[in-house]
Amino acid sequence: MNKAEILIIDDEPQIRKLLQINLESNDYKVIQASTGKEGLMLAASHPPDLVLLDIGLPDASGHEILKKFREWYNNPIIILSVQDSETDIVSALDNGATDYLTKPFRTGELLARIRAAIKRNQTTENQTVLRFDELEIDLTTRTVKQREELLKFTSTEYNLLALFAKNEGKVLTHQYILREIWGFGYQTETQYLRVFVAAIRKKIEENPNNPKHIITESGVGYRFQ
Amino acid sequence: MAASILSRQSTNRQYLISLSLTLLISIGCYFLVDFMGYRTVALILLLLVSLLAMVFEIFPVMLTALLSALIWNFFFIPPTLTFHIGTPEDFLMFLMYFVVALINAVLTFKIRQFERKKRDEEEKTETIKLYNTLLNSLSHELRTPIATIIGAIDTINDSENHISESNKKELYSEIEIAGFRLNRQVENLLNMSRLEAGTLKPTFDWFDLNELVFNTIKQNQETTNHHTILFEPKENLPLIKIDGGFVEVILHNLLHNALQHTPVNSNITIEVSFQDNHLVLQVSDEGKGFPKSEINYVFDKFYKLNGTATGGTGLGLSIVKGFTEALNGKISLENKPNGGAKFTVEIPVETSAINELNTYK
Repeated sequence: MNKAEILIIDDEPQIRKLLQINLESNDYKVIQASTGKEGLMLAASHPPDLVLLDIGLPDASGHEILKKFREWYNNPIIILSVQDSETDIVSALDNGATDYLTKPFRTGELLARIRAAIKRNQTTENQTVLRFDELEIDLTTRTVKQREELLKFTSTEYNLLALFAKNEGKVLTHQYILREIWGFGYQTETQYLRVFVAAIRKKIEENPNNPKHIITESGVGYRFQ
Repeated sequence: MAASILSRQSTNRQYLISLSLTLLISIGCYFLVDFMGYRTVALILLLLVSLLAMVFEIFPVMLTALLSALIWNFFFIPPTLTFHIGTPEDFLMFLMYFVVALINAVLTFKIRQFERKKRDEEEKTETIKLYNTLLNSLSHELRTPIATIIGAIDTINDSENHISESNKKELYSEIEIAGFRLNRQVENLLNMSRLEAGTLKPTFDWFDLNELVFNTIKQNQETTNHHTILFEPKENLPLIKIDGGFVEVILHNLLHNALQHTPVNSNITIEVSFQDNHLVLQVSDEGKGFPKSEINYVFDKFYKLNGTATGGTGLGLSIVKGFTEALNGKISLENKPNGGAKFTVEIPVETSAINELNTYK
């Protein structure tokens, strides 16, 4: 099997070095760029399987680079950002970033995100039954089972859970979820979302206060796993 | 006290108050002029100008001076109800009234300018003192983990052949802890500078309070190994409109403060409730509490309890206070009767009636 290729775009040589050693020792091929322009050029001549993009680049805003990438590039782009920049993260996700990590991040977390993003990108969406541990979601019959037992869901609850499940491992912003489930005009009504997430958690989580399926990403959105 | 309240009025209010006082006193004098004579009226009006000059800015005072001079001329100096002045003495008196009133205004203005300058200088000295304290504690708080990292790496590199695997593992874990500690200090500094710069603007959104608390506890899991955090989630709490990030910063720092200053294996209790449209957050511990004499200073920047063994920049609790106030909230601290400290944060919040799903099926 060919090694997956990852393009790192970060202006800090130390971070690039760290990522390179880490990724190469986990069987990825690594290409590096220190500026957004260089990254775009490298990717154009040889499109990588995944891009790690630092959102705080000096030459152009990482957001601009992200938009340019998304004009033609369809593989996953994971954003590296600093802490406390939720608005940055949300706008990057809304502009097509696949996922994000805040510096400092643990390398285990990084590898998990990369693996999940590449895997999601390769599987085609024709599964009709989605399974997560003891949870089973049947997209054709619109039913949810936990340990073979049928759970009662309202229509909106089901739609929300199905949206989460179809985007396993991917962080979904509040705005995106509200638009998908409730439609335009509801993007700021996060209170609906909170209430429904709480209701779903009560049904599917063993401990709704320490959820293992629907994870809250503070200030950003939710991630289903 | 009254003067300081008056001087805090906006300039428009100052104009309004000046004008109405001038008119009111003039009307009063108009009825009494037969008893006291029109020259006494000048002194009374002059007194008003002087009093206003003590508390108001220069322009409202000058306007009062001008207006009162004209009023005195028009309504009181014979012949009344004209601006014409009958005798040279009265003319001189009018002129002097005007000049004295202006001098009054200008002089008090100058005095206050001088006072402001002096206050600024004192503040500057105070700031320099604070910065020195900051630099001292910072160089300690930042250098300790840096020294740990460099030292640990050197040890691992130099004695590659002699150092035991278990020792090496321990050094790696020290490097990890040092990294977390550095990250925390940087976070504190960033929060502090956001507070100082006055750029801290909350963005309000709907939050589930139980979830916020559990999230913060989870984020602190790596540092809470030696303590037990008790939190009993309340069922059926309404959603609240608040800046969730701010609440996390507040809770995180209160939690960290308790972790640092209480004995291992003790409990830290978090409680939430609602009272009169206020969110009430309480964090209590089983430590020694705070000496009575120190309680008032705990939230000051760089405050550190005398004789504390553990480090810290003394920023944590002042950050808590700053973020609480940015949400228009209040923070207080008390010692519990049976020992330990209890921090109480009260924040006014809008709550949502939507806790019944049925409405939105």
